[in-house]
Amino acid sequence: MNPNTDSSRVYYLRRGWRLQWEEAQQRHVLLYPEGMVKLNDSAGAILGQLDGQRDVATLIERLQAQFPEAPDGAIAEDVHAFLADAQQQGWIQHD
Amino acid sequence: MTDHTDTATANGATGAPLWLLAELTYRCPLQCSYCSNPLDFAAVKQELTTAEWIEVLTQARAMGAVQLGFSGGEPLVRQDLETLVAEARRLGFYTNLITSALGLDEARIHALRDAGLDHIQISLQASDPDVAAAVAGSTKAHAKKLAMARAVKEAGYPMVLNVVLHRHNIDQLDTIIALCDDLGADAVELANCQLYGWAHLNRAGLLPSQAQLEAAEATTQRWRQHLAERGRDMRLLFVVPDYYADRPKACMGGWASIFMTVAPDGAVLPCHSARMLPMDFPNARERPLQEIWYASAAFNRYRGDDWMQEPCRSCDERHKDVGGCRCQAYMLTGDPAATDPVCDLSPDHHLIEAARREAADDSRSAQALTLRNARESQVFCRA
Repeated sequence: MNPNTDSSRVYYLRRGWRLQWEEAQQRHVLLYPEGMVKLNDSAGAILGQLDGQRDVATLIERLQAQFPEAPDGAIAEDVHAFLADAQQQGWIQHD
Repeated sequence: MTDHTDTATANGATGAPLWLLAELTYRCPLQCSYCSNPLDFAAVKQELTTAEWIEVLTQARAMGAVQLGFSGGEPLVRQDLETLVAEARRLGFYTNLITSALGLDEARIHALRDAGLDHIQISLQASDPDVAAAVAGSTKAHAKKLAMARAVKEAGYPMVLNVVLHRHNIDQLDTIIALCDDLGADAVELANCQLYGWAHLNRAGLLPSQAQLEAAEATTQRWRQHLAERGRDMRLLFVVPDYYADRPKACMGGWASIFMTVAPDGAVLPCHSARMLPMDFPNARERPLQEIWYASAAFNRYRGDDWMQEPCRSCDERHKDVGGCRCQAYMLTGDPAATDPVCDLSPDHHLIEAARREAADDSRSAQALTLRNARESQVFCRA
């Protein structure tokens, strides 16, 4: 699978789905009709950056600022792979 | 594929009730002969008030509940539904309305949207109006449901359609799925009838044949391919009927594991059928939910595996299917701690085979089944 997603693409959560921090679970969850995905830290951090305005390049910049200790290129690689996968699973969409 | 999910859980400790099912009322304008409500529902008179429901929601949310289903009965019968949705959403629940669509109109669809309702699940009885009318005991409901399903999608909600399958509609599955596609469903639950409550009463007249079931599975598979080829994102969830399985379902993911139901009168249950069991369930009017969930005898009764009997007790699969369903064990064997007779290792499995034979010999039409209504329910109400 080619993990590269277009850096100028603007992703947003699938309509009617919701990302939420759950204090009781100490993690982000993705809520959808009658279901819930329990997200790991990196998935929660990436989805938390989606606001319907920011393109993929901007997401990567912001995450790099948030996690400056991450090795060069690691965040970009993670973000591209995650977004491709999340789209495949129907969690996110783009215009 | 990379896993983005967090699977860490506390070791063996009882976790939070992530799912709360709020059965707001047992009142319903329909009379579906497969209803899972208790047979004696008409004995329940004292519904929780708006303030009492808000207290239930507040307590459950503080415990970590996050998915909330408003159900019944027909939850739209409650005129305070919009108030409860607004409060639930403010608390941070993902709010699901599980409805027949009777009692819905465009004004209410928008009022619920404004209150923050996240999702509407509508039940359909069939694709054919005559079959739908016979099963639901209403000639007007079907057309209303279709109109409301379209209005729900127009209002921008995610919509799941739920179709309970049984011998009278399962052969229409192809047109049922086509109808759901046309209505714009985001997902369809093709739920083979679970045989509890009124469905258990009508069991012999509802259970499909093995051949009907196999045809339905093939139809579902064909539709999945067809939808994928069209790029249409409509998930089909096919719930298999356990009377044709050789291992039981892991009912509710285990007794009082992640799911909590609050019944219309405040009874707190580990599932919506458990009320039938010969045991006392605590009431939210009398005890805090936290104490009920973690400390009550009822909620601890079938947690873990200490309660299990043979053949479950020494079975390698006991943590996979948690011994099956306590209600089914009780209904069929009279012992709620027995192995679910669906399991072909159960000494009572012949009861399932006998039920299949009994169904094969039953020639009743859909019209001849017992309808779920207050008059029929009186027969089952204790004085």
